Amino acid sequence: MNIFMYNNNGTNIPNIGFYICHCGHNIAGMVDVTDVQKYAASLPGVTVSRDYKYMCSDPGQELIQKDIKEFGLNRIVVASCSPLLHEHTFRVATEKAGLNPYFFHMVNIRENVSWVTQDFKEATKKAKDLVRAAISRVFFHKPLIKKEVPINPDVLVLGGGIAGIHAALTIANAGKKVYLVEREATIGGHMAMFDKTFPTLDCAACILTPKMSAVKSHPNITLWTYSEVEKIEGFVGNYKATVLRKPRYVIEELCVGCMDCIDACIYKEAKYSDEFNLGLSMRKPIYIPFPQATPQVVLIDPETCIDFKSHRCKKTCIDICDREAIDLKQTAKYDEINVGTVILTTGFKTFDAKRAPQYGYGKFPNVFTSLELERMVNASGPTSGEVITRDGKKPAKVGIVHCVGSRDEKSNKWCSKVCCMYSLKLAHLIKEHTDAEVYNFYIDMRTPGKGYEEFYDKLMNEGVNFIRGRVAEITDWALVAEEENKLTIRVEDTLVGVVRRIPVDMVVLSVGLEPREDASDISRMFNISCSNEGFFLERHPKLAPVSTFTDGIFIAGACQGPKDIPESVAQAGAAAAEALSLICAGTIELEPNTASIIEEFCSGCKSCITLCPYTAILYNEDTKKACINEVLCKGCGTCVASCPSGSIIQNMFEDEQIYGEIEGLLKFAGIELADNKTEGKEIEHA
Amino acid sequence: MKYIYYPGCSLKSTGRLYEESLLAVFRVLKIDYVELNDWNCCGATAYMAIDENQAYVLAARNLAIAEEQLKDEKEVNIVAPCSACYMILLKTQKFLKENPAEQKKVKLALKESGLTYTGNAKIRHPLDVLVNDIGEKEISKAVKNPLTNLNVAAYYGCQTVRPYSTFDDQRNPVFMDRLLKAAGANIVDWSMKTRCCGSSLTGTIQEVALPLSYVILHEAKKRRADVITTACSLCQFNLECYQNDIDKKFKTDLKIDVVYFTQLLGLALGIDHVELGIQRLFAKPVNIFKILKGDEHIYV
Repeated sequence: MNIFMYNNNGTNIPNIGFYICHCGHNIAGMVDVTDVQKYAASLPGVTVSRDYKYMCSDPGQELIQKDIKEFGLNRIVVASCSPLLHEHTFRVATEKAGLNPYFFHMVNIRENVSWVTQDFKEATKKAKDLVRAAISRVFFHKPLIKKEVPINPDVLVLGGGIAGIHAALTIANAGKKVYLVEREATIGGHMAMFDKTFPTLDCAACILTPKMSAVKSHPNITLWTYSEVEKIEGFVGNYKATVLRKPRYVIEELCVGCMDCIDACIYKEAKYSDEFNLGLSMRKPIYIPFPQATPQVVLIDPETCIDFKSHRCKKTCIDICDREAIDLKQTAKYDEINVGTVILTTGFKTFDAKRAPQYGYGKFPNVFTSLELERMVNASGPTSGEVITRDGKKPAKVGIVHCVGSRDEKSNKWCSKVCCMYSLKLAHLIKEHTDAEVYNFYIDMRTPGKGYEEFYDKLMNEGVNFIRGRVAEITDWALVAEEENKLTIRVEDTLVGVVRRIPVDMVVLSVGLEPREDASDISRMFNISCSNEGFFLERHPKLAPVSTFTDGIFIAGACQGPKDIPESVAQAGAAAAEALSLICAGTIELEPNTASIIEEFCSGCKSCITLCPYTAILYNEDTKKACINEVLCKGCGTCVASCPSGSIIQNMFEDEQIYGEIEGLLKFAGIELADNKTEGKEIEHA
Repeated sequence: MKYIYYPGCSLKSTGRLYEESLLAVFRVLKIDYVELNDWNCCGATAYMAIDENQAYVLAARNLAIAEEQLKDEKEVNIVAPCSACYMILLKTQKFLKENPAEQKKVKLALKESGLTYTGNAKIRHPLDVLVNDIGEKEISKAVKNPLTNLNVAAYYGCQTVRPYSTFDDQRNPVFMDRLLKAAGANIVDWSMKTRCCGSSLTGTIQEVALPLSYVILHEAKKRRADVITTACSLCQFNLECYQNDIDKKFKTDLKIDVVYFTQLLGLALGIDHVELGIQRLFAKPVNIFKILKGDEHIYV
């Protein structure tokens, strides 16, 4: 192979500058940087070889720029950290010195070498191998031009809980258009189900419903409830989403929410489990989730509506509706929207308490989940705010069990973060509603937050009992007479060091927060990652907490991990700001690592077209050849590898470049450059 | 499929009736079994507590012999009816799998007597075999005298499903319930399925053990159970033999039959009570016969 063949940029001979970074002790502590620097100097084509304490620092970058000008360097290789961190930094530095940024190449000797071994000698050897490969590769680099495409200023927000509501309003208030898509018939999410919020005990509905109606009436927000995103394609700045609008059998634009139809329904008694109240109350086949539902529109459940089952209903609902809003023949429809950025605020689900059978949920009627109790203490809830057992009595003793489905090797290992605080809030509300004796069973009380510890203090003064210990089981069997017909909580009181049996009338299980069942489907659809536990993965846990590894897709709220209302709102604001900063930039640069087709070799077999995951390849009927849309191409390389005639090439991953790298990695090709001699080279040790 | 039957010490002595009834049921259901050659004590909890290494060798020896004995079969299935044996064999297999260094030592020790241990044998509980391999459908087909009107409280004890078994739920096991339901019994729903019976403390510290047995019997009685079925010789003994003491101490009148689940299943399958070892029970199983047959003279 003639290695000079592809040297462009005006010179025939590669003139390489090599730089190795100490990264403080991160690299220099495990790799002999001076040795590598000297070794690199001996390699063909290398004109300058230096080591420096922090290459990413301003002086480090200036070093490269100075050398480019002074020595006429036309290739730059930096051995330092991961390209994810500083590839951009060095490319910009290279470009500023007048060299095409794609003549720069980065070698990762930190994550791939120094951080993953204890063997100094081997580490130095591996660093040398990688450096040799990179230097061998850059011989074949070519100048590339970045493409700029405009950003669509519209934003898709997926999920209408408090996070989605806040993100949508923030962006809409900035004058940008938002599509808010919510799966349920109303926005509001979990927050709409709560009665009071900790630690201030302000009413959840009072602070949420104004924001809900603001969403509904905002001219910049298109609110689509009872809808789901079915498909998303495109890339940052230019996404196309297909939204499924499920039929609610009521025309949303006509319904005013008078609810006459609900009264008129031929079912006189509500007899179907009410989803919003978690089955604690009943609803009719035609219903509205809750009084402040937004939009204020009824819907019909085809599973229970008699007309859908037998087609023999008198259809009294249609008769009574003078606005003719009810349409039993409505069908699902699909809307396509174009957006530039997406914010995912799909929220969480609560742990299914049946997965902890020792607590008897689903077996003993008076074992409730915390969410059920939230509904119960709510004045508009199934019991109008009364805390009562299933047989309608006020409980004299209530036990609240913390960490159900949290901090548990058998189910979920993580702390759900909000349960300690909401358990305190529920303890306060139960005492307020019933005068019952309340016991909190906790492993550790976790109350970090503004005013949270003070709230815990307040509860202790209110006379709530706190017992430290994970509850072993909740049983209905009796050891002594007082336990007959009660639920007995068995727990080791770890502060006293005894096993206690506490008979109560009602048990509240403080269930933890989990990713939604379909979180992994959503992550696949939007091409983002999930962490081990299944929550959406942020780009960086500290420095990019609402970004994802896919540009233009942001996450906020409990879909990223358990968090309370203030944190969800803060993240939603952050995600909105990130989206706005992209939108305000107006355009986005695309990486030039795209594939292209050498037309004269293409046989038009179309095998690449079906393989492309980004539908970037089209078949040109006139020329009978495939052609690649550079804007859609992500540079995954699938088509390149699959092309039977080898007629697809990919920028930055051309065969010569890959072969060069492999050859260098195995053993340097052994080709001597005419003017390549170690003497007279600039070798400097910083 | 052929099973290796590993009786363990108690099924040859105090739990003889468990062995008799189990094997009788196996024969009726045409389960092909062969007793493990030259088996030894599983080590139980006692040996484990004194010298783990030697205890593992002891338990692994049984597994190695089983492998040798069934080397022509596709897979080696060992049926261990005693809860302690079952648990110890599973524990040994798991421990040796997770600790290659220990496994090496054990293999070396077994090699001295010409045995090889691979860890591939499947350790099975009779409940697992009856429900998963035979199935409730087959069993109800084979039932001749359905256990109609008999209220049964299925009691599993602590070691049958915990901590190593995988065939049933560890907190709310249901296999015995399913089996006896297939035999026509009414199954009592209760929370005591896996609670401790008092174990060997009945012989040493009775003030601890008796309350433990008491709650089990009391709850069964409260839920109108006529009979408690067990899968462990110690549970069976504790629950059956201390009812008088408990009655005195807690001022109750228990009178509940306590039998092995295989005995009850055997009766349903039409096996003669002598073959099932019913006559070896210390207390007469009054309720069973009153409800099932209306006569009591079958007692030998």
